[in-house]
Amino acid sequence: MADLLIELFSEEIPARMQASAAEALRRLVTDGLVGAGLTYANAAAFATPRRLALAVQGLSTHSPTLREERKGPKLGAPQAAIDGFLRGIGQTMADLEIRDDKKGQVYFATITTPGRAAPEIVAQVLDTTIRNFPWPKSMRWGSGSLRWVRPLHSILCILSTEAGAEIVPLTVGGITAGNSTRGHRFMAPDAFTVTGFDDYAAKLKRAHVILDPQERAAHIWNDASQMAFAAGLELVEDKALLAEVAGLVEWPVVLMGRIGADFLNLPPEVLQTSMREHQKFFSARDPKSGQIVGFVTVANRDTADKGATILQGNQKVLAARLSDAKFFWENDLRTVTAQGLDGMGAGLANVTFHNKLGSQADRVARIAALAREIAPLVGADADLAEQAARVAKADLRSDMVGEFPELQGLMGSYYARAAGLPEDVARACVEHYQPLGPSDSVPSAPVSVAVALADKIDTLTGFWAIDEKPTGSKDPYALRRAALGVIRLVLGNGVRIGLTQFEAKGVAGVVYENYYRGKTDTADTISRISDLGVPDSISSEARLTFEGSIKAQTADFVAETVDFVRETLGFDVDAVIANLLSFFHDRLKTHLREQGIRHDVIDACLAMPGNDDLTLLVKRAEALSAFLKTADGENLLQGFKRANNILTKEEAKDGVEYSFGPDPKLAETPEEKALFTALDKAEAAITPAMTAEDFATAMAAMATLRAPIDAFFEAVQINTDNQIVRRNRLNLLHRIRATCQQVADLTRVEG
Amino acid sequence: MQERSDSSSQMPQSFQEIILRLQNYWAAKGCAILQPYDMEVGAGTFHPATTLRALGSKPWAAAYVQPSRRPTDGRYGENPNRLQHYYQYQVIIKPSPPDLQELYLGSLRAIGIDDALHDIRFVEDDWESPTLGAWGLGWEVWCDGMEVSQFTYFQQVGGHDCRPVSGELTYGLERLAMYVLGVDHVMDMPFNAPDAPIPLAYGDIFRQTEEEYSRHNFHGATTEMLLRHFEDAEAECARLLDMPLQDPATGKAIRMAHPAYDQCIKASHLFNLLDARGVISVTERQAYIGRVRALAKLCADAFVQTEAGGAQAGGAAA
Repeated sequence: MADLLIELFSEEIPARMQASAAEALRRLVTDGLVGAGLTYANAAAFATPRRLALAVQGLSTHSPTLREERKGPKLGAPQAAIDGFLRGIGQTMADLEIRDDKKGQVYFATITTPGRAAPEIVAQVLDTTIRNFPWPKSMRWGSGSLRWVRPLHSILCILSTEAGAEIVPLTVGGITAGNSTRGHRFMAPDAFTVTGFDDYAAKLKRAHVILDPQERAAHIWNDASQMAFAAGLELVEDKALLAEVAGLVEWPVVLMGRIGADFLNLPPEVLQTSMREHQKFFSARDPKSGQIVGFVTVANRDTADKGATILQGNQKVLAARLSDAKFFWENDLRTVTAQGLDGMGAGLANVTFHNKLGSQADRVARIAALAREIAPLVGADADLAEQAARVAKADLRSDMVGEFPELQGLMGSYYARAAGLPEDVARACVEHYQPLGPSDSVPSAPVSVAVALADKIDTLTGFWAIDEKPTGSKDPYALRRAALGVIRLVLGNGVRIGLTQFEAKGVAGVVYENYYRGKTDTADTISRISDLGVPDSISSEARLTFEGSIKAQTADFVAETVDFVRETLGFDVDAVIANLLSFFHDRLKTHLREQGIRHDVIDACLAMPGNDDLTLLVKRAEALSAFLKTADGENLLQGFKRANNILTKEEAKDGVEYSFGPDPKLAETPEEKALFTALDKAEAAITPAMTAEDFATAMAAMATLRAPIDAFFEAVQINTDNQIVRRNRLNLLHRIRATCQQVADLTRVEG
Repeated sequence: MQERSDSSSQMPQSFQEIILRLQNYWAAKGCAILQPYDMEVGAGTFHPATTLRALGSKPWAAAYVQPSRRPTDGRYGENPNRLQHYYQYQVIIKPSPPDLQELYLGSLRAIGIDDALHDIRFVEDDWESPTLGAWGLGWEVWCDGMEVSQFTYFQQVGGHDCRPVSGELTYGLERLAMYVLGVDHVMDMPFNAPDAPIPLAYGDIFRQTEEEYSRHNFHGATTEMLLRHFEDAEAECARLLDMPLQDPATGKAIRMAHPAYDQCIKASHLFNLLDARGVISVTERQAYIGRVRALAKLCADAFVQTEAGGAQAGGAAA
């Protein structure tokens, strides 16, 4: 058995790539070794800013000799066949053996593949690994053609056994593997040789390199926490930052400083964001006040002055950064105090949102109108919802968000409070962006919900109207996230709205606005409209009226716009809406499947009217899913299917639909009469349950029909000679179908 | 490896001394010390000594100071470290030598940054110039948490793969010098020696110009004219490259790659000014950048067909 040590020493590897690169090295090399017939006991990979390392223990020193028997042609087969066989295996006639087979005598060959020594295999595997390494981005350097994440300087590759260590002979891109490496760039730059992994890790540590990223991270966290504790502060946890910082240093030295008093009034999010994004500092807060008052930076070396110069430099850079932040903050506060938050957002008219969707101000106007309309449906005050929507994007024009885009919304809420706006409005500024991802929380404050829905629905309808839908992996406007956001907002708050009504208006509105903006050169939509040869029909006078109505936001105007777009412009609003609705449904299906609801159950509910009311849709699906798991579920399904199958067959045969309603007077047998009675009774229970959307009760009532249906089929022949009686029975079956189809389209349910 | 010349053991005293030390250092390392390009550019990379010379197979090593203009960064001379006109120090070596990082660290020592006391770090920062159709991988170099240089291995320029690869170093001179000299406001930085008969601070030279140009960039420049000039430069660039190869006077095949590239530089600066005037919307921005990039690509296409671009002498005329 041997131990293998590999180190790929390069210029600084981006921190974010180190962990996955170490893992890729482990996987590619061990897979390669195993594929070539070697075995190993265990393997561990490590990364520092300048090296990837892999230690494989208990590696076999040879791959086994493989013997394979190959059956050839029969004795007496044409010579060409025998020659072909020999060519294929690279042997001669003398090597073949004749054996008895079921069908007679046959040539057999034994092919022996000799085992290979580990060094040969390692060299080959490592060469392939280096040349095909899955870096997210790689580069060439100098005059070479080898690609690596940054210039690769040396390769250490040794196999060690009890007899000692041997270098694996290997040259890649002009670099010959050896047994030496270097320590810390500044503290121990000289080369040294190693004999195995333990020797390597120990010598690296002496040369001021901690090989294991976990160890570096733990070291940083421990030192930083202790230092903060000693200063009476607590460290703000930030795992992503910790991993990143551990990837920026080989020899972490933790230093702590205080934030200048001038900056302590900045919002904590601003301090934290500025320090993290620009300086990769951790924040330290005062546990009593919760205020962020200190920072922790991690240097990559010890110095004679114990980091004093480094800390001083960092402090200075931080002061410059925070001066900028403070300048932005004070400037922004001045703006909102003097001009209000809407004053801050005035410039949004000059910012294009999308060339076919107008400016940010156009967008805000659309969202405000929509938020107003949605407000009563989510229990929000319409005036407040509109007001919130009008200012929610204003902070995009603030200096602070210009510098830190990730603070959008949050700054808006600070500035809204500074401008004296109601708390609901301030909260909506930050919450209307939510949920930002699958793990983000869903707002529940009514005003926030109204604006959040309006924002997302406007985005979706806008991009659908101009035919910029996500395709494959491309979703540059994050429309999938917006749709999922709508779904989560609606379901999370039990909101009852039919999405299509808003979507139709939204799509029509965008098409209409584009028509008036006359951007025939850019918008496909518009060129399509122009192709229709629609005259510039509406006079400027009428146009004024239309524009006037936009401001008035009258319901009449909206209806007129939709009609105008549909009829005069010939734009197929309904097709676009149907497409958008199915986009929502696709997202919803995924969401429901994750909750364990079967796809056929979802399809059965999607087939029902009102499927743009997602809350109702989910209520149906959940009820049906649960009901099907009960004994009554089986009854409902079997009863329904029995009635439906025969009815469907007869309807197809006769080419008519038996929907006239059966007449109980024509019932001949007791079973038939009993079925009428059962139906009356069931319907009496189903109707109020459906009104109350109590789907479980409705379905339980439907399930009671199974026994009478079964009895009916036992006793009664549908196809009698009396056509009147036959039609009546088919009409009866139709009534059963109609009754049972109220919760979901049961024909789509499997089983 | 850790060479330290005696001259660098003393700390520099002024902005110009830092520049001079860099000039001497890179001259000693074999770079041709060029002068600034005589046009308005946004960064040292725009100098044809970088943009064009990074193309083709011919070896190249140059270093120079490049005055750079970023109209939107104007702060009327009030911001301690933001200027609409500033200096970059640019080094470009093709092919990139294997010890380029060490050479770079040597240059920091030359200007008084002792890595035994400071924390120098190479932090991922991939460089991309959408207007030049150029990108490369590298780092921003941090000294005690401050970015002091950009370090890039060019992979593509003007849409062409760089073979061999050039190594490019860009030092933001004001920021670097303020750090070395311990100055908090750029305008307070000594430009020449503080004990010179007439000591001049950075502000003595540039405070007024920052004020004037800030007003110009944000409010003064005539946008209609800028738009017109942009169109002119764009048209001229393409026209120069479309002209027949044969020079009517000498009969020689002369491809006007550099004059065309001048027009590309012009268009780029005009775009920056228009941007500062706030008349370019977010989406239009992309379109303008695309137009400048198209010019840069044309110039790169032309340059690689010239002798300096590595084409065979016969090939250039063909």
